[in-house]
Amino acid sequence: MTDMAMTSHAASAASAERAAVLQKLRGGDTVFYWMTRIAAVSVLGLLGAIMISLIIGAWPALTEYGLRFLTTARWAPNAMPDPVLGGLSPLVGTLITSFVALLIAVPVGLGIAIFLTELCPPRLMRPISVAIEMLAGIPSIIYGMWGFFVLGPFLADRGLGGNLSLFNASLILAIMVLPFITAISRDVFATVPPVLKEAAYGVGCTTWEVVRNVVLPYTRVGLIGGVMLALGRALGETMAVTFVVGNSFRLPTSLFSPGTTISAAIASEFAESADLHQSALILLGLLLFVLTFCVLAAARLMLARLAKKAGA
Amino acid sequence: MSFLSRMSGIVATAALVSLAQPAAAADISGAGATFPFPIYAKWADAYKKETGIGLNYQSIGSGAGIKQILAKTVTFGATDAPMAFKDLQKNGLVQFPMVMGGIVPVINVEGVKPGELVLDGTTLANIFLGKVTKWDDAAIKKLNPNVNLPSAGINVIRRSDGSGTTFNFTDYLSKVSPEWQTKVGVNAAVEWPVGVGAKGNDGVAGNVGQTKNSIGYVEYAFAKQNKLTHTDLINKDGKRVSPTLKSFQAAAANADWANAPGFVQILTDQKGAESWPITAATFILVYGNPADKAATGDALKFFAWAFEKGDAMAEELDYIPMPNNVVQLIKATWAKDVKTN
Repeated sequence: MTDMAMTSHAASAASAERAAVLQKLRGGDTVFYWMTRIAAVSVLGLLGAIMISLIIGAWPALTEYGLRFLTTARWAPNAMPDPVLGGLSPLVGTLITSFVALLIAVPVGLGIAIFLTELCPPRLMRPISVAIEMLAGIPSIIYGMWGFFVLGPFLADRGLGGNLSLFNASLILAIMVLPFITAISRDVFATVPPVLKEAAYGVGCTTWEVVRNVVLPYTRVGLIGGVMLALGRALGETMAVTFVVGNSFRLPTSLFSPGTTISAAIASEFAESADLHQSALILLGLLLFVLTFCVLAAARLMLARLAKKAGA
Repeated sequence: MSFLSRMSGIVATAALVSLAQPAAAADISGAGATFPFPIYAKWADAYKKETGIGLNYQSIGSGAGIKQILAKTVTFGATDAPMAFKDLQKNGLVQFPMVMGGIVPVINVEGVKPGELVLDGTTLANIFLGKVTKWDDAAIKKLNPNVNLPSAGINVIRRSDGSGTTFNFTDYLSKVSPEWQTKVGVNAAVEWPVGVGAKGNDGVAGNVGQTKNSIGYVEYAFAKQNKLTHTDLINKDGKRVSPTLKSFQAAAANADWANAPGFVQILTDQKGAESWPITAATFILVYGNPADKAATGDALKFFAWAFEKGDAMAEELDYIPMPNNVVQLIKATWAKDVKTN
């Protein structure tokens, strides 16, 4: 009897100890939960704060021009009697350079990724992968200088516009986003289960047919994500583009004429701006913010649709 | 002696040292125009060797310099476009000219050497208006019958940022071309009818050097340092002039500094057979009653030193020093309007 009492006493002591330890662990978990949660929420707060300060800064221009800002191509901060500021040319320039860049970079990037994952002899795989990663590590100013000193004169000599043009900027952007597209595509291609590919090869598919009918459909969600990331970078790239785009506020007449982009316009004019001019530049920044947001939202929407279709 | 009093002694000495140090070696801070940056940098170098006091000058452009002095983040601001006298009074600022220089058209046309090509004001304006678009245009050929000009399009290069150099250049074009005056006007940043934009004097210089068949405009020192091809110009008297110290000085000699409140003088399109038509002064802005009187005093000491000993250095870089009588006027203004300790 006494024995039993003793053991049960010991047992209850042990369970109390266990409860205390558990309690302590749970306490640690709670602290951890809140720390991570605060970190996560602070991102939202930061995003909101940036948005609000942009809107406050852009307010004078927003009330002055309203939607006309999007359709006016004239940019004359010192016009008499009132400044005329329209964001159409930088907006058009941003869209043209980004989409032409993607038009070039997506096929090339996918080509490299397919070669690396499906066809590449192992000996070549490492050097090519390293080269791609190094391309991603080059600071954007270097691309700008290269575009200015090498690519510009090369294009001008061949009659493809002047030294500085939207086309030059598009090519530079294409090279800059290429590593993103390649690296992400390569990683998502690697996720295709070998058994799927082997089955396809087993029934006599060529490499092209395997890529076309197995690899690409299996990875399209990831691919679109990679392309959108690249688009996001192309839209916001500043320094390299400012070097080679020509900084001209006239509406471009062709791909080979000089133009400007939103970020290039802000970079070259912000320091010397004041009042409504500055507010209009902030409004351009807000526009870029919204544009990037729309791109990401569109990407999500497309991905959701694709997922639904794949499920059905 | 207790540990505590020993410690407090050390702390007090440390505090004294740390207080004394910045006062002895504080650098003069200024910001603004890129046009005079080469000479300010040269003066600052020599001044530092002589006195140990350095100059921290941010060459960020005239408009940005004005903004910084209005925000009181620097001791002096520097601008190529003089601030209007009523704005000086409104903001409690005192303005004076520091040095003068010339703005030159620079070109990159194969086979054409510096000073070989000559342009007049109207043709220069028409090129920047996009009306003269080829190097072998009749207007250019008529002025240069002996120069072999290619039948190539003219690539116009101008500033993308607001700039005092642009202010003086467009001021000249407005004086010689009524069409420029009505269509484009005078400003630090204008609505350019043609061309590509580059940032800063150095950006325009780099672009002209890089782009075939191009034309741009830069402060003379930038043209010289980058070994660019300048053109000659036809001045107000109808004479052909080259950008030299002498022709800049001839234009500057016309200025009537004594009767210009706030030293507001624009030196473009001056009369005189030898006057270079795009000559400009660059200005300094300080507060009349500054919060940090010692810092402003240090800055004025530096400027006084530059007026006294900096002339040869300025001329080496093809800037024109202020004449002696103007320096006296400036010093009188300091004594009267700027409160320093």
